[in-house]
Amino acid sequence: MSSETKQILTTDGIPLEVSLKKAEKKNKIKAFLLVAPLLLFLIITYVFPIGEMFSRSIDDKMITNMLPKTFKEMEKWDGKELPSEEVFTAFYYDYKVLVKKQEHGKLGQRLNKEKNGFNSITKKLFRQIKRKKIDESISIKEQIMKIHKRWRNVEYWQAIKRTAPPYTMSKYLKGMDMYYAADGSISQVEEDRRIHRILWLRTLEIAFFVTLFCFLMGYPIAHLLATLPMKYSNLLMICVLLPFWTSLLVRTASWMILLQQQGVVNDFFVMIGLVADDNRPEMMYNKVGTYVAMTQILLPFMVLPLYSVMKTISPSLMRAGKSLGGTPFVAFWKVYFPLTIPGIGAGCLLVFILAIGYYITPALVGGASGTLISNQIAFHMKQTLDWSFASAMGLMLLSGVLVIYWIYNKLVGVDNIKLG
Amino acid sequence: MALPSYTETRYRIWHYVYIAICTFVFFFLIAPLFVIFPLSFNAEEFLVFSEGMKNLDPDAFSLRWYKDMIYGTKNPWGLAAKNSFIIAIFATIGSIILGTLAALGLSSRHMPYKGIIMATLISPMIVPLIISGVAIFFFMAKVGLAATHTGIVLAHIILGTPFVVITVTATLSGFDHSVTRAAASLGSNPVNTFMKITLPLILPGVISGGLFAFVTSFDEVVVVLFLAGLENTTIPIQMWTGLREQLSPTILAVATCLIILSTLILISAELLRRRSERLRGINR
Repeated sequence: MSSETKQILTTDGIPLEVSLKKAEKKNKIKAFLLVAPLLLFLIITYVFPIGEMFSRSIDDKMITNMLPKTFKEMEKWDGKELPSEEVFTAFYYDYKVLVKKQEHGKLGQRLNKEKNGFNSITKKLFRQIKRKKIDESISIKEQIMKIHKRWRNVEYWQAIKRTAPPYTMSKYLKGMDMYYAADGSISQVEEDRRIHRILWLRTLEIAFFVTLFCFLMGYPIAHLLATLPMKYSNLLMICVLLPFWTSLLVRTASWMILLQQQGVVNDFFVMIGLVADDNRPEMMYNKVGTYVAMTQILLPFMVLPLYSVMKTISPSLMRAGKSLGGTPFVAFWKVYFPLTIPGIGAGCLLVFILAIGYYITPALVGGASGTLISNQIAFHMKQTLDWSFASAMGLMLLSGVLVIYWIYNKLVGVDNIKLG
Repeated sequence: MALPSYTETRYRIWHYVYIAICTFVFFFLIAPLFVIFPLSFNAEEFLVFSEGMKNLDPDAFSLRWYKDMIYGTKNPWGLAAKNSFIIAIFATIGSIILGTLAALGLSSRHMPYKGIIMATLISPMIVPLIISGVAIFFFMAKVGLAATHTGIVLAHIILGTPFVVITVTATLSGFDHSVTRAAASLGSNPVNTFMKITLPLILPGVISGGLFAFVTSFDEVVVVLFLAGLENTTIPIQMWTGLREQLSPTILAVATCLIILSTLILISAELLRRRSERLRGINR
């Protein structure tokens, strides 16, 4: 080749490289425009709202806006001794504004979350203000301190100071059973009140065991489906696909009927003499029910990826393994099993992801000892209306799921997900 | 699965154990669905097999729960069924349109950032429903669509599109692009090519994705629990409240109808899958 390469031109006289790039770019834009409507729709209705959950979970602006003067004065306070006259005065005037706007109740509740016993002392202060008992011309500090002894306790003022920043991580700490102590350090709640940590562990435990059970039950039948002749396997495939297509609530309902104390499973146990008729075990509203029902419901998600991988493994490989002197077990373990690992990975990750966020089935058959973290999120969304805490817990769960999703994407690739 | 005659005894035993395990698992998968059928014809109010049913006494069976489902006083099932179908149909149409377009773009080899975009589009299927529910509820409440049919339809489009994207991309992976080039060289414009050439070929994938979207919407309860008002009650919501409060045999009658519906959907999905494989030239 000579050092000067001749530029190739298209018929229009434009260099081929430029023309090609232009065409490529056009194609790129065309492809992108096709994806754009869905992508935009999802970003607006789905991705942004999840981001909003994050800002909601750390948001603490309400109280910052309620006590502007107090927090300004508190900047000068070292937080060790009882605050100065100015802080008391500023708090008094902030509170008076809130009383006028009728928002003092909200403040009391918010402060009560920070430190127990706040609601009652703010209510006492409110009554004093309503009855115009507070003389603004003399020391307000003295008068407030007289209302209740807690106003003389520095811990309560420290609690107010802690609420000053507009953002807080306290909801995340609460989700892990921790909190900001009086001096601002992170502490653990007492052992007998660590409910959230139990829930996280239980969620992981149930997701892990459900995945394990699904694997142990799914592997043999996926193998059978992949090795049987087509006409039989198609028929058996219906056993996997019919539950897959059937409503989740219908399947949960059938488990509720089967597992109840007078239900078919217990009848069967009594019949074969496993348990006495008057001593039927409780199988619903506890972990047993959750395990059994979730395993059956998620089993198809294990079988389908395993099946699609096993289908591609040629039976001659096993025959070759055996003809080279391996026993059937050795041939299976050394040849067949390693080839199915991609399917195992896909199935296990899929089932684990689905199990960790399960809501409906645990809520119906789980009872108190079978509820998972999702149930706690729903509880805070619908009952306590602590939406920022629900958001924080949701995002903690989501970050776990996204890590698994990322691994799944690396191992299997999302575009390799197969359905049906 | 006949064993060759030279099989040793211990492998013969293991083979029967294996068959027994598989039989048990298949039974475990399918049997729970069948317990619902007979109980929905129970003449009594209890959800257990009565003595009469065990003895196949005809008096122990009745259609009263089906009658209750259709004509019962103050019954919510009529409204719920109507809502469920309306919402599912519109959500399916929306999912199919958005999902198919996106799949067409994603299958193009020119698509930039394919991996990350695909991961985003599939995410509603992966993110736990409870989180999707909370996020979608915040959005719908902000734009004033909470407790409206529109809001629920939009939510179900979000949840349904991943299935359409996956099935249509799978169909397109075996798609021979020379046919569209042939159409273009014969003077067809892109829209015409799509309607006359591409669409008929990918139609099985589109419809089976649509079936997934339909079932997802029809069966969805977590997000609807956050979004629905009294007017927007759906079949899953009614079943959820029923199962939580009192398990009445009417629910079993509804469940039986739903199992029949899902059987029909399963059959059509299977037929479509086979047709699609035939069209794409995959012989099995």
